[in-house]
Formats: sequence, structure tokens, C-alpha cells
Amino acid sequence: MLVVAGGLFSAVSTTHVSAVSVGTFVVAAAIVLAGGIGVVVARNPVHSALMLVMTLFGIAVLFVLQRADFLAAVQVIVYAGAIVVLFLFVIMFLGVDRQENITAEPLRGQRPLAIALVAMAFAGLALLGEVSHWTTGAPSVAGTTDVNTSNVAQIGKSVYTTYLFPFEVTSALLVIAVVGAVVLARRPPAASDAESIGATEDVTGDDPSVTEQPVEEAFAAAAPVDVTDPTTSEEGS
Amino acid sequence: MNTAISGGIGGAWYLSLAAVLFAIGAFGLLIRRNVLVMFMCIELMLNAANLTFVTFANMLHDIGGQVLVFFVLVVAAAEVVVGLGIVVAIFRRRANATADDLHLMKG
Repeated sequence: MLVVAGGLFSAVSTTHVSAVSVGTFVVAAAIVLAGGIGVVVARNPVHSALMLVMTLFGIAVLFVLQRADFLAAVQVIVYAGAIVVLFLFVIMFLGVDRQENITAEPLRGQRPLAIALVAMAFAGLALLGEVSHWTTGAPSVAGTTDVNTSNVAQIGKSVYTTYLFPFEVTSALLVIAVVGAVVLARRPPAASDAESIGATEDVTGDDPSVTEQPVEEAFAAAAPVDVTDPTTSEEGS
Repeated sequence: MNTAISGGIGGAWYLSLAAVLFAIGAFGLLIRRNVLVMFMCIELMLNAANLTFVTFANMLHDIGGQVLVFFVLVVAAAEVVVGLGIVVAIFRRRANATADDLHLMKG
């Protein structure tokens, strides 16, 4: 599939191709594609997250191949180290790591439609790559990728000179995201009035929704096990 | 098309891989029902775009593409934080992460 797709774009220049680079690309591309397919087809969300880590590592390898060393490190640290861990944290925290039956099709005719739409989008991308002339040799405003100077120094210089205003805007974006996460994840104010009673009382003190049912079942299941401990059985009953 | 990268293979291969990865992510976003997995598919698509940016930065010898990937990383992090906050807030109300059940705002 990749070979066909590569041929769709244009003839690949075979000059200055070293066997190591080609081998690395092939292995990294296989890792990326296997991880991407794994994210989509895995039934368990935890498996999807682990497959996403695999894809991100493959992309980091491809970044290194294209002399984007800083971005490869950031990719591993931020994406694989922070974002996927956040995903896993939410999956474990909410306890949604149960299997999903992905063979069942809840919406009739959705999958053929999805396949058709994605095929159309991919064909459009390939057609664009085939017929359009990319701007080559354009005067760079942000600096060139010089092999002699360090990649980190180049990116740092560009970020703090040419892209200074977007860089400052991203700081505002991060602050807004943090505030938004705090506001969204905060408990409702009605439940926080009875905050001093305790965590278990707090959950049952909420409005009677479906979320409290697993907690009750868990305590009911745990109570007969810990009858020897008087405090635990008192808590459970 | 000037795709000759010294010591490397042509940029068209990277762009093809990015297009395939984007297609996989879009397909997963369309067919999956779990909100968390849909978020992961969005991450796949963002990574495909990042790979395209880095490829063009290498092809055109312009550092601007790499800087843009840096900003995309920031936006992706913010998006994941807010999105997962919304998921946690939804889970407090109803105990499943299926997109079919989230029709509260449907008219």
C-alpha cells in the first residue's frame, strides 16, 4: 500500500539513497502504520493508548531521519510521556477499560460511508501531491535548516525572533487550557458543601445518578471480606 | 519537485506515509464510538500533519515547519487537557464513554 501511495505522488528520487536510511524509514513506517491500525482496531482503550505510543515512537524516528532532533525528543517527552499518560490516567480513573464490541455496527451503513469518505480524502491528497507544484526554493523567513548548526539553536532562535508573538500566544493558550481543565474537572458546588464528611460520603451525597452505583456495589462486595477488621466493616455497612 | 535529501530517501515517501496515517486516523475517528479512542485518532491525524510539516521543512530547508510542529504540540496538549476534562465531567453524570449516548444537546 505504501509503495502504491508513494508512486501516486511522484517519482521518488533515488539519488543519494543510503541503505541504512531506507531501512530505517521502512522499519519506522511499518511501526507507524501498525500502531495506527492498532489504535483503530483495538477493542480495549488501554491497548489503543499503547499502540498510540508505538506510533509516536515511530514518528520520532522519522523526525530524527529528517534532522529534526529537537522535535523527536519533544515528541517522545511530551506526546509519549505526558499526553498518552494523561490518556491512560483518565482511562484507569474512569474505569472504562472494558472491551468494546467493534464488530457490531451501531449505525447502519456508516462504515462503508466512512471508507468511501476516507478513500475520497486520500485520493484528493494524492491528486494534490501529483498535480500541484509545491513552492520550492522560496525565501525562508524563519531561517534555514543548516546542517552545521544545532537544530535546537535554530529552533530557539526562530521561536524567539520570528515567531515571538505566536510563542507568547501559546502561553496564554496553555493558561486557558489549565483553567478550563480545572473548571471542568471541579465538583459541582452543591456537592462541595458536604466536603468535610469524606470522600465516600461525597460520592453518595451527589445527585442520584448512575455513577454512584458501582461505588455502592464495590463497597457491598468488599464488606464481607473485611469483617474481621471492625473499622472497615463499619465503613462498609 | 526537489525531493533529493542528501543521504536520505525522497520526501514523497514521508508525505505518502503521512497521508496514509491521516487516513487511518480519520477512519478511526469516523467508526469508533469510544470518546477516548476518538481522541487518540485525532492525535494520529495531528501526528500525520506534524510529519508533513517536518518533511516540508526538510525539503525546503526552512526551519519554520519545525517551529510550526512545536506549536501544534502545544495546541494538541491543550486540546487533550480540555477534552479529557470534558470526558471526566461527562462521566460524572453518566457512566459510559459512548458517543451515541451524548445526544443531550440534540434538538
